[in-house]
Amino acid sequence: MAAPLSVQVEFGGGAELLFDGVKKHQVTLPGQEEPWDIRNLLVWIKKNLLKERPELFIRGDSVRPGILVLINDADWELLGELDYQLQDQDSILFISTLHGG
Amino acid sequence: MPAPRCASCHKARAALRRPRSGQALCTTCFCASFEAEVLHTVVAGRLLPPGAVVAVGASGGKDSTVLAHVLRELAPRLGISLHLVAVDEGIGGYRDAALAAVRRQAARWELPLTVVAYAELFGGWTMDAVARSTAGSGRSRSCCTFCGVLRRRALEEGARRVGATHVVTGHNADDMAETVLMNFLRGDAGRLARGGGLGSPGEGGALPRCRPLQLASQKEVVLYAHFRRLDYFSEECVYAPEAFRGHARDLLKLLEAARPSAVLDLVHSAERLALAPAARPPPPGACSRCGALASRALCQACALLEGLNRGRPRLAIGKGRRGLDEEGSPREPQPSGPPTSEPIPGF
Repeated sequence: MAAPLSVQVEFGGGAELLFDGVKKHQVTLPGQEEPWDIRNLLVWIKKNLLKERPELFIRGDSVRPGILVLINDADWELLGELDYQLQDQDSILFISTLHGG
Repeated sequence: MPAPRCASCHKARAALRRPRSGQALCTTCFCASFEAEVLHTVVAGRLLPPGAVVAVGASGGKDSTVLAHVLRELAPRLGISLHLVAVDEGIGGYRDAALAAVRRQAARWELPLTVVAYAELFGGWTMDAVARSTAGSGRSRSCCTFCGVLRRRALEEGARRVGATHVVTGHNADDMAETVLMNFLRGDAGRLARGGGLGSPGEGGALPRCRPLQLASQKEVVLYAHFRRLDYFSEECVYAPEAFRGHARDLLKLLEAARPSAVLDLVHSAERLALAPAARPPPPGACSRCGALASRALCQACALLEGLNRGRPRLAIGKGRRGLDEEGSPREPQPSGPPTSEPIPGF
């Protein structure tokens, strides 16, 4: 049983274009049976925040390859990726690398 | 579970794992490691000797932003001076916004900036005009093929105008790996042979050119920019979805997810290739029109522009350039311009 969580979800590197151009979103995730992890955060984002072209952000149950995920400024690779369990006041940043340099 | 401790300072929590070594580093140690690697790449390869006037290809994007920032930090130590050169391909709604980002950067870093425009250099041909000219030919537009060639030429011209001795671009390991894949997929043995190594020493009068970021993966470039709070322009070119490179990029991303070192491994494999004798390209000569390095009578840029001006844009595209009647072989190459520095060792 997970209590409601308040987290900051941020988009950068062009990913914000899929979210009406809004970079920072202060989000309250409702209490639910399962604990909140990145996997079900992505489902929540797709349902509640993503405005267009979901295939540019999500592939399968993860992010599209080329989108970096930082949790509290650390690469999610170090924290268990989709299985990382969200804590209150966590900050999750999605940076797209899919454009010219 | 919290992140592991930094493998370098053992104090702060690690922020990422470097793809090549698998080492977990905190933001401070990662940024220091990234900068040290660029310095090492430049020094060990003798790419930018003291006194060099370096033209930095600046697009406002993530790679050239990181390149300019790091080189600016290293400039005193290397004894080089920097000059930003931005290319205006004439892509409405995209390039103007990107150039605005470059101008902000030039002001913030107090670096001189020169902008060169396709319209001026290539007889009025902007990329938008090229795109219109190549549209409706049934297949994909291939306007990106033009842009790759013309941009290199424009950058060279811009570098000359500011009196540069060297040109640097922000190509990262992913760009290099994508290019390797593209060349394989297209059977382009000539490009596969020429593409490796740290840069070109500048044959046929061209300025020496190198890519100081080429050992850094794209992910590391983006994270470096993020940790250093660098402001860059992150929109995709309006024509990019049509470019062949997109397929190579998609494949590379999938490969990288399965095996993070695949990006650098691909680049190293290409550098170690030896071509079969029959595949080796002939020694290049000089373009009969502009004198630049060319493997046929006309260099790529002149051949492409010829096709555009004749109203037959696809003339110079594809194998054999059958549509272009080029008489004879290229001229003997001109003696090189300024003497080049010591030969760049291949890696």
